Amino acid sequence: MMKIAIIDYGLGNLRSVFRGIEKAGACPVITHDPEEIQSADGIILPGVGAFSEGMGRLSPIRQCLLSVAGEVPLLGICLGMQMLMDESEEHGNHQGLSLIPGNVRKFQPEPEMKVPHMGWNTIHHAMPDDPLLFGIPDESYFYFVHSYYVSCPAAYRLCETGYIVPYASAVKRGLIYGVQFHPEKSGDVGLLLLKNFIGIC
Amino acid sequence: MALTRRIIPCLDLKDGRVVKGTHFEDLRDAGDPVELAARYNEQGADEVVFLDITASKEKRKTIVELISRAADQLFLPLTVGGGINTTADITAILRAGADKVSMNTAAVQNPKIISEGAAAFGTQCIVLAMDVRRNYIPQDGTTEISLPDGSSCWYEVVTHGGSRPTGIDAILWAKEAEERGAGEILLTSMETDGTKEGFDIPITEAVASATNIPVVASGGVGTLEHFYEGFVTGKADACLAASVFHFGELTIRDVKEYLATRGVPVRL
Repeated sequence: MMKIAIIDYGLGNLRSVFRGIEKAGACPVITHDPEEIQSADGIILPGVGAFSEGMGRLSPIRQCLLSVAGEVPLLGICLGMQMLMDESEEHGNHQGLSLIPGNVRKFQPEPEMKVPHMGWNTIHHAMPDDPLLFGIPDESYFYFVHSYYVSCPAAYRLCETGYIVPYASAVKRGLIYGVQFHPEKSGDVGLLLLKNFIGIC
Repeated sequence: MALTRRIIPCLDLKDGRVVKGTHFEDLRDAGDPVELAARYNEQGADEVVFLDITASKEKRKTIVELISRAADQLFLPLTVGGGINTTADITAILRAGADKVSMNTAAVQNPKIISEGAAAFGTQCIVLAMDVRRNYIPQDGTTEISLPDGSSCWYEVVTHGGSRPTGIDAILWAKEAEERGAGEILLTSMETDGTKEGFDIPITEAVASATNIPVVASGGVGTLEHFYEGFVTGKADACLAASVFHFGELTIRDVKEYLATRGVPVRL
């Protein structure tokens, strides 16, 4: 059975990611141990919370992540996706992991468009043939909760969502993936995405 | 396509069971929380809210175990409220599998808990639960809101399950909570709670217009039309209901299909 390392850096709701991976048919391990991360078949970088705090807590395993990312499939979720990018403007400018080129920006509220972007919204497949999206219809609904969004070159844009601005709701560079939405909170279609990720591992 | 309006079943928990009352009293048993949550998951609920109304602090520990069991069956966002007073409480609830915590009495007594919670866990985790009642006695510095019958009142925040008026103006409190970092407001009017006569639209609309964070309307839904009013007249981002779902009068799908025919964006 595939072993999927869910990175524990002290933030976020790991239990639902854990159960989602289990339900999708792999063996999840919640860990911050570099050896365990290196020996996994796939890595999930979850995340809820503020960017700078997330990066700070990630620093002990930063090198480990940078060395395995790209060889072992990696999926960043929500803040985990944002941390894959170069830089975020959340509470000042902060460096990310620079695994995928792009920036994290704050939504500017508009009338009738509240921030956080919270709830179910659709994703448009910018790379329809990607294995992460197998069996997931274009414009499927996923659950989002975030106040910052990823802006990146089209070459890395796996999915797009429009809320205030059109932005990258999923990114991809080789075996490195990131999703802004929460597959572990998006019912059956979310579990299918996790299953597809396990298929890539 | 657009961000959809959310339909949220709310499970009031007491001593490990789901209960439902009227005007915050006269509790009836409504079933097992884990079973009900799983049913709503299948019916297409957009989120689930658990509110722990257990009276004694000793019994409150059971909530963590209960959330864990429910979260294992529920691949949906879960908000938990009731008896959360400290960042340690928030950590425990999130660790058990909740995505958001809602705070009412604790936030009024110690507004810093909102800022601290938002700083530590992100604004999206922190929900201000605001229980309000109409107050017809004018008071300086309060926000006058017109009612459908032509009269007007201000809305006062109440705590301790509706038993204690605070003298705090609901609109000012909502704005302060937003500034402190609350990511959502769960608004329950004691005027309408449990009546099945519809949401308290004037306060829902006023809070939704005064803030720029999502507002969840709660208390009083009885018919399909009430959901429509909550979204369209009340400008709510989500509507929460309990008894109409628990006792099988409406399913979540009934509500969503109705709203879709009336042009409200929902996830079907």
